[in-house]
Amino acid sequence: MLDEAVPATSVGTPHHAPPSTRAWRTRLYRWDLKASPYLYIAPFFVCFAAFGLFPLVYTGWVSLHGVDLQTPGQMQWRGFGNYTRLLHDDLFWNALRNTVTIGVLSTVPQLLMALGLAHLLNYRLRGRAFFRIAMLAPYATSIAAATLVFSLLFGRDYGMVNWLLGQLGVGHIDWEGGTWSSQIAVATIVTWRWTGYNALIYLAAMQAVPHDLYEAAALDGANRWQQFRHVTVPSIRPTILFTIVVSSIGATQLFGEPLLFGGGATGHSGGSAHQYQTLGLYLYDQGWYAFHLGRAAAVAWTMLLILLAIGTLNLLLVRFQRARNGG
Amino acid sequence: MAVNLGRRAGARGLTGAGPVTYAVLTAVAVLSLFPLYWTLVGASTSGTRIAQTPPPLLPGGNLWHNLDIAWNQVHMGRALLNSVVVSGCVTASTVLFATLAGFAFAKLPFRGRNALLSLVVATMTVPAQLSVIPLYQIMARLHWTDRLQSVILPNLVAAFGVFFMRQFLSQALPVELVEAARVDGAGSLRILRSVVLPIARPGMAVLGMLVFVQSWNDFFWPLIALSQSNPTVQVALAGLGGGSYDSDQAVILTGALVGTAPLLLVFALLGRQVVGGITAGAVKN
Repeated sequence: MLDEAVPATSVGTPHHAPPSTRAWRTRLYRWDLKASPYLYIAPFFVCFAAFGLFPLVYTGWVSLHGVDLQTPGQMQWRGFGNYTRLLHDDLFWNALRNTVTIGVLSTVPQLLMALGLAHLLNYRLRGRAFFRIAMLAPYATSIAAATLVFSLLFGRDYGMVNWLLGQLGVGHIDWEGGTWSSQIAVATIVTWRWTGYNALIYLAAMQAVPHDLYEAAALDGANRWQQFRHVTVPSIRPTILFTIVVSSIGATQLFGEPLLFGGGATGHSGGSAHQYQTLGLYLYDQGWYAFHLGRAAAVAWTMLLILLAIGTLNLLLVRFQRARNGG
Repeated sequence: MAVNLGRRAGARGLTGAGPVTYAVLTAVAVLSLFPLYWTLVGASTSGTRIAQTPPPLLPGGNLWHNLDIAWNQVHMGRALLNSVVVSGCVTASTVLFATLAGFAFAKLPFRGRNALLSLVVATMTVPAQLSVIPLYQIMARLHWTDRLQSVILPNLVAAFGVFFMRQFLSQALPVELVEAARVDGAGSLRILRSVVLPIARPGMAVLGMLVFVQSWNDFFWPLIALSQSNPTVQVALAGLGGGSYDSDQAVILTGALVGTAPLLLVFALLGRQVVGGITAGAVKN
């Protein structure tokens, strides 16, 4: 609509137009210049305000109320009641512990393997495209599909994993039943889906490292491992930090994998003894099975506080690193 | 920038790979692909065959039979159609709005640009679960639960997309081109149509693929907002797998296959571009 007001031909014939029209056009043109950037970013911010910021703040408000799932419109003031109840609930602490352990089990090996893989992919390779696409295929697989397949692979009686372990002389493991075994299995699903993706992100960062750095290191007699440690890793540190932040956020929200891993209708409890119930599952359990939306909101805000703590810690770490390197 | 990364790497690769490298990469490729292959194996045999030792390793002839059962057990056809509609709408609108905002952030001077861009990046870290409860209240009040708009509307544009297009356009679009068009008297919409969009097209294509994958695989909010009577593919899969312990495992795997095959097909055809897009989005952080 705006470009109709300032047609391209108008530039050639401004002196024929009456002064008032010319002033009007100039004003319109200036307004267009000033306003259009805001018009372009408006859809994002409107959408974010409506479906991101408002719900975020409103969740905090809901967390101070008793709200029943069946009558989500009626709210009763409870102050910090939901939070004190949360802190006295063993299942909350259990879920927090599980989120941390599954988080460590799924992110640390994943990122280390991704780093190693990226290093290998950075060599001159035949079939480069094949390796990259193969490693990215798990990323295209949905959480639901991947988890359904892996819970069969990890099956106690007929699962492929136990069959392979049996060939090696190891007895059957009840993957779903045990605490550690179930958490390792859930972490395996996460690792399977994301390792290749992170490897490609590292690879891209590695390819931006100037080649002379390696040549200088080689001249100084550094072998491949030393080059990796002293040239590659420091050069791609920002990317490493980025992936650490992204995967910690993902680990804090872990939901679909533990929900579907059990395979039964009681997925929301995270196993018969809650052995792999994460905070995300606990939130879902409180809100949509115990019908307490207020308590679920309190869990959500607790998760936000945890994320903020991770973010602050990360920032401090970066500052500390910088201060140490600079000093 | 998105597409040429793969080729450039070959020219400047550090050293030739040794046999150990090939062995490790092959092992990883096998581990990555095996669960997908085994989904196909399981989906084409039967529940009793899966429960035998040793487990089946080659496809059987039961695929059509299992498809038939899966189609009857959950609304698979409807789920596929719903997923196509939802992911299509979300992709189209995200790519459009992200391109507009990305262009403004990359090339247009305006007050508060840096602060607003930081805000966009910050919003990428807000987890979905935080907004689920009020969203559910809103959708319930509007009687939109179980209707597709409840999963489309909240995802009309994503911060990731804005950031991605901003990175793409700040490199791909020479600012002189925009200025020249302005000098020629072109208005904002004309500039957008004749200058920005043609240059942004490769970036938009990559972003579209990434958003489509993400939207197709979205799980938490659709599971809450929709039900088994009007599901997306992922919600239907949860219905297949979470139903009961005695459900036929071959049918579960068939569902997983149906839900994944469309995306894998896209990957097989456009894998190089997707790989390029992911790496390109990451480098310039």
